[in-house]
Amino acid sequence: MDFSQLTFSAALPEYILAFLALILVLGAAYLPAGPSGMKMIRGLSLLGYAAAFLALFALPDGRNVIFNGLFSISELATYMKGLVLIGAFFLSWLVSDGWGDDVDRPEFHLLVMLSVLGMLLMISANDLMSLYMGLELQSLPLYVLAAIRTGSLKSSEAGLKYFLLGALSSGLLLYGASMIYGYSGSTNFDEIAASVVSGDASAGLIVGMVFLLSGMAFKISAAPFHMWTPDVYEGAPTPVTALFAIVPKLAAIGLFINVAYNAFGGISVQWSQVIMALSVASMIVGATGAIMQQNIKRMLAYSSIAHMGYALAGFAAGSQLGAASVLIYMTTYLFMGAGSFAIIMSMRRDGIAVERISDLTGLSSTHPLLAAGMMVVMFSMAGIPPLAGFFGKWYVFLAAVDAGLIPLAVIGVLTSVIGAFYYLRIIRLMYFQEAEAPLDKGMARQNRLVLLVSLSVILLFFMAIGQLHETALSIARTLNAFA
Amino acid sequence: MISSWPLLSVIVFLPLAGVLFLMLIRGDEQTVAANSRQVALWVSGFNFILSLFLLAGFDIHQSGYQFEEQAEWITGSGISYHLGVDGISLPFILLSTFLTPLSILASWQAITSRVREYMIAFLVLEVMMVGMFASLDMLMFYLFFEGVLIPMFLIIGVWGGQERVYAAFKFFLYTLLGSVLMLVCMLIMYHLSGTTDIPRLAEFDFAPALQFWLFLGFFASFAVKVPMWPVHTWLPDAHVQAPTAGSMILAGVLLKMGGYGFIRFSLPMFPDASALFAPYIFTLSVIAVIYTSLVALAQTDMKKLIAYSSVAHMGFVTIGIFSLNEQGVAGAMFQMISHGLVSAALFFCVGVVYDRLHTREISAYGGVVDAMPRYATFFMFMMLASVGLPGTSGFVGEMLVLVGAWQAAHWVAVFAATGLVLGACYMLWLYRRVVFGRAEKPEVQELLPLNNREIFIFVPLTVLVLWFGIYPSSLLDMMQLSVVDVLTQSGITQLTQTAMR
Repeated sequence: MDFSQLTFSAALPEYILAFLALILVLGAAYLPAGPSGMKMIRGLSLLGYAAAFLALFALPDGRNVIFNGLFSISELATYMKGLVLIGAFFLSWLVSDGWGDDVDRPEFHLLVMLSVLGMLLMISANDLMSLYMGLELQSLPLYVLAAIRTGSLKSSEAGLKYFLLGALSSGLLLYGASMIYGYSGSTNFDEIAASVVSGDASAGLIVGMVFLLSGMAFKISAAPFHMWTPDVYEGAPTPVTALFAIVPKLAAIGLFINVAYNAFGGISVQWSQVIMALSVASMIVGATGAIMQQNIKRMLAYSSIAHMGYALAGFAAGSQLGAASVLIYMTTYLFMGAGSFAIIMSMRRDGIAVERISDLTGLSSTHPLLAAGMMVVMFSMAGIPPLAGFFGKWYVFLAAVDAGLIPLAVIGVLTSVIGAFYYLRIIRLMYFQEAEAPLDKGMARQNRLVLLVSLSVILLFFMAIGQLHETALSIARTLNAFA
Repeated sequence: MISSWPLLSVIVFLPLAGVLFLMLIRGDEQTVAANSRQVALWVSGFNFILSLFLLAGFDIHQSGYQFEEQAEWITGSGISYHLGVDGISLPFILLSTFLTPLSILASWQAITSRVREYMIAFLVLEVMMVGMFASLDMLMFYLFFEGVLIPMFLIIGVWGGQERVYAAFKFFLYTLLGSVLMLVCMLIMYHLSGTTDIPRLAEFDFAPALQFWLFLGFFASFAVKVPMWPVHTWLPDAHVQAPTAGSMILAGVLLKMGGYGFIRFSLPMFPDASALFAPYIFTLSVIAVIYTSLVALAQTDMKKLIAYSSVAHMGFVTIGIFSLNEQGVAGAMFQMISHGLVSAALFFCVGVVYDRLHTREISAYGGVVDAMPRYATFFMFMMLASVGLPGTSGFVGEMLVLVGAWQAAHWVAVFAATGLVLGACYMLWLYRRVVFGRAEKPEVQELLPLNNREIFIFVPLTVLVLWFGIYPSSLLDMMQLSVVDVLTQSGITQLTQTAMR
């Protein structure tokens, strides 16, 4: 086997991003300040995501473990990386419209790119060491990004809060990792998998795994590790919130699947209970917490908690279908998130970004297309057929029912009815009431395009579901647990 | 050759072409509104004509599904794109395609704001309704069944009356809550049988203990849709607040989705549970018939009165379905079609005077006959059809249901017949207060007579109600084989094959 050849091409997307991140550092220092320099920086980062995305297609087939077992590429990793890169591309593009010097500046793009690099690394992690390295590389830039609006107290508060709680979760995760190492004798996923293959693991290993899962649950803001989410979402500048809401979640779910199925596939009975508890808590907290919110970013924070709960419901099944359903769910999640933030990021009044839910009042008469788009996204998030969100829910609950977790599915559908209430509330404001102070006219080109792409995916999802179902299942079959 | 076409798919999705047209209309508000009305009317009218080809091509001597279409959808998972009609779904498809253009016509002048969006909502609604009745795949059925909520929520919420927000939310959340429980049951059925194909599921034997739970899940959804007492409370609100055309479709077609679901899913798939639950459903239905009739007597709002009468009439439908014999089920089917026509016409009757005086209070009228003699005639005819006068379609359905119920349990027939008397009371009393008497209020004296558009809506409804009343076999023959099929599938041995007509 030509080892060096494989090693290089297998990590090609990561190389591209790392290289471009270095270029961005130079660009930030030497390119002229002002719009023209920013345009180049933005162009470079968009180019980076696009190139990394294309590089995914050049990856070799099957599961390949490289860098002395630290790093693995697989269909799962490739798929999740694809979603992450699409999300990152959308977000970096959306920010280019009038977010001002305090957000849309070279550091923003540099930090996002470093964070995305960390995400790709952690999705591909095949060792607890590389897992931690990837996780921290994605987290640290995010802490800074939350506080990027230096003049704003709220933004600084968000950054600090996120950092403190993030550090705590990293601590939990590291503690768990050390216990796993202690009881299994290795940090490598394949070797951990070999040590739990019999189906029973020592209590210490299970405790370690629970700590590890808790640390990761923090990253996807599953309840009861969700406390930071509403505050950070509200405090951070909207483009950063959009990033938080979509991209790290995709990556963390990818990591979640990777760890659970590739390293701990033998004891899925053990972790599925943990995941189930997280799922139920998240669905309930997400559905009930959003009802009273006045700020749309806070509302979406709770909504994302609920969505993670649904994704975890499929996950808890611990089966091939379970893993496949999570992939399908996250695909719909990406486009629903991108669509909603494309709209929220064009909500302005007299040039100033607004973010109260009541600012959407009467949107349908002043901005008919925007309102129609928002309505489709909201119905989809509520899981109303025939939109994309319904198919996501269909598959996760199918996986749950398949695994005999009928009570979980029942709780899931009931909370989705509660959830429907607050999505409908937005539609009510937009359609059933008249505007008092209309928002600014016009929508930037990139917002329109991102919205258009998202809407097409949401509306036409039923055509693609057959293909996606097959792809997701074939990815699930390659996981260690089922190999 | 029309038969080589995927006719059913065309009928289901043709209104989407209309939606596309509507989105492309340009011009000032007046032009857009005028053109939108035309496009929606022509598209839905054309769709009705297409659906007549279904009727022409339908072979009533052949059991099973006709015009079947099946295509790959989600490969290797037992879920496919599967459409088809039988004697049970065909009448409903025709009812939907028939009522949609009439409702669009009914909103010709009543809707003046956001006409384009309104018409889009109606055409999407038609896609969902027809698609639901034509689906032979459980997942597709659910997509359409739930998809109905989106346009209806908007129709009530955007173009409704004063309390429209409350009514729209209540409608949406009530129905959604019922439906998601059905969804879980569908997932369980799919998990066990490995398919969502309705004909194959009907042949699958679910364990009786499981049937119990599955039946309850489906019941939660269909009972809300029908609606059955005590989950009917969303209906009066939704009806009162919805615009006239919304009420017509809601009463005419959407309420039938529950009854259709019972016949399509509950009877053939959970026969043991159906037999087990029948007495309880009888009880609920009898309460619905008597209680809501009494409530209807006390109403001061015309629309609310007719809404409660709908609940009572749908009580007959559930009695008929769960008497589990041919007369009962056929009677329920007939009653649903008849009620679809009559209640749509009655809601339009309210809409006609509401458009003129902008009130639905019964006390605001009186002596309408002086100013609107033709209106009084149509109203009287529909009122009598609703009461179940022989010679109208209402009579046939109620009669068959009572015959079926008598065979199943005497007491049900006795109580249900009481409901008929009460029905006559509140309808005749309503009619007396609105139409008869002396027109004392000046605004009532100055009411404009029916215009041609309104007469054009009333006439086909009247003709059909009369036609089905005089010649019920035209409808009964169409559904007989399918009704027998359903009952055979549910393993209920049918001894009395007589007295169908």
